[in-house]
Amino acid sequence: MPAITFIHPDGKSDRVETSGGESAMQAATRLGLDGILAECGGNAMCATCHVYVDESWVARLPAVADDEDALLDGTAAERLPNSRLSCQIHITPELDGLVLRLPERQV
Amino acid sequence: MSAPGSAVSGVPHLDVDPFDMTFFADPYPTHERLREAGPVVYLDKWKVYGVARYAEVHAVLNDPATFCSSRGVGLSDFKKETPWRPPSLILEADPPAHTRTRAVLSKVLSPTVMKQVRDRFAAAAEERVDALIDKRSFDAITDLAEAYPLSIFPDALGLKAEGREHLIPYASVVFNAFGPPNQLRQEAIERSMPHQAYVAEQCQRDNLAPGGFGACIHAQVDEGAITAAEAPLLVRSLLSAGLDTTVNGIGAAVYCLARFPDQWQRLRNDLSLGRGAFEEAVRFESPVQTFFRTTTREVELSGAHIGEGEKVLMFLAAANRDPRRWDSPDSYDITRRTSGHVGFGSGIHMCVGQLVARLEGEVMLTALARRIAKIEITGEPKRRFNNTLRGLDSLPVTITPA
Repeated sequence: MPAITFIHPDGKSDRVETSGGESAMQAATRLGLDGILAECGGNAMCATCHVYVDESWVARLPAVADDEDALLDGTAAERLPNSRLSCQIHITPELDGLVLRLPERQV
Repeated sequence: MSAPGSAVSGVPHLDVDPFDMTFFADPYPTHERLREAGPVVYLDKWKVYGVARYAEVHAVLNDPATFCSSRGVGLSDFKKETPWRPPSLILEADPPAHTRTRAVLSKVLSPTVMKQVRDRFAAAAEERVDALIDKRSFDAITDLAEAYPLSIFPDALGLKAEGREHLIPYASVVFNAFGPPNQLRQEAIERSMPHQAYVAEQCQRDNLAPGGFGACIHAQVDEGAITAAEAPLLVRSLLSAGLDTTVNGIGAAVYCLARFPDQWQRLRNDLSLGRGAFEEAVRFESPVQTFFRTTTREVELSGAHIGEGEKVLMFLAAANRDPRRWDSPDSYDITRRTSGHVGFGSGIHMCVGQLVARLEGEVMLTALARRIAKIEITGEPKRRFNNTLRGLDSLPVTITPA
């Protein structure tokens, strides 16, 4: 199964083995990772699973959809060009090794 | 051929009435019975299927093509009966029609908009605490759970000052009407005319102040997103579901924090837990207890065969305490990871006002915890009975300022 890495604001990192077809948010919440709140449970409605995608991976992710784009304008931490909602990143084998940085805050 | 839900399909029949006063008084033993009977049950009293485990409730919520909303999200099947009011364009609609109207309300109630109203909502919460500290002893429902949302939400919508006393009674009718034709529903609808007239009038563009949520919905007509005829009905959705729900949500949170002083102390020690304390109260009490869907085709759900055109009752509250999904489901724990609870629903119909509810809950609980050391319940709490909503009518408390 593909594994992804979350890097916390303090520099510590967590490597997470994903399971079949889940989103990066689901992998993080399944393991009780601090830093991903996901208040809406993955319905693309709350913008509390915000992540910064490592620069080397940005172009390899599917494009941001309109609803995700609108939600990213409302994130608690600053929106950057590499901002994404982790509930919208579905982990496929091609994303093995993906690196996501967590923002300072989600609300 | 077999009767709906007959023993042939292996679906257990239960004789419980989940819209009965004795059930409302203490639903938890029945919730457990429903969950333990099987993944899908049949309720003979109202001739409906029921799901009370988390997995099945989540599955039904997330398959709107099979379990539709356009035939009503109450017991009444709009294909067979005339709805008591013109159907909602969002709640009682399916894609693709729903997709368009939903996008409009999502935009009006977005995270970006919440950032703009946050300071105002927080200031109103501080004012409410000022008033409560003056009183010391008060009713936590009328003076807090109702008074706070009433002090901000109608203004945020842009409603006129006159007639706001219709808002809570109107919402009460709406949520009673999802239930079966019992006394609660019949009496609510019989008395609803003045409330309906008020709401219909307030939804018109000329009656909504510029800059409010209501005016923002009407502005979407100019953008071509919705028609002029649709806009008032979308404003009506906020009037129906935007106030009584948060009253019951805040009421639930205060009731939990007053009952569980250890959790109140944890919140006092770390004010950043305010938002979680509210969210956990929504899971724990589930202010919106149930919703129905209607099957659009024959379907197999966890081994149960369900025919086309059947009503399926989802017990959101039972799913939120399903031990298959939650550790210590019957404990109120403000540090719990609540992500995935179905107190706001799930899927395409998940509460469009959830961000407003969380903002109100967070700022109100944080303001209370910052300035109040202790909340003591000083009298018997009284329950308010409704076919869909769970909450209190009265909660007498005395507070000790910090």
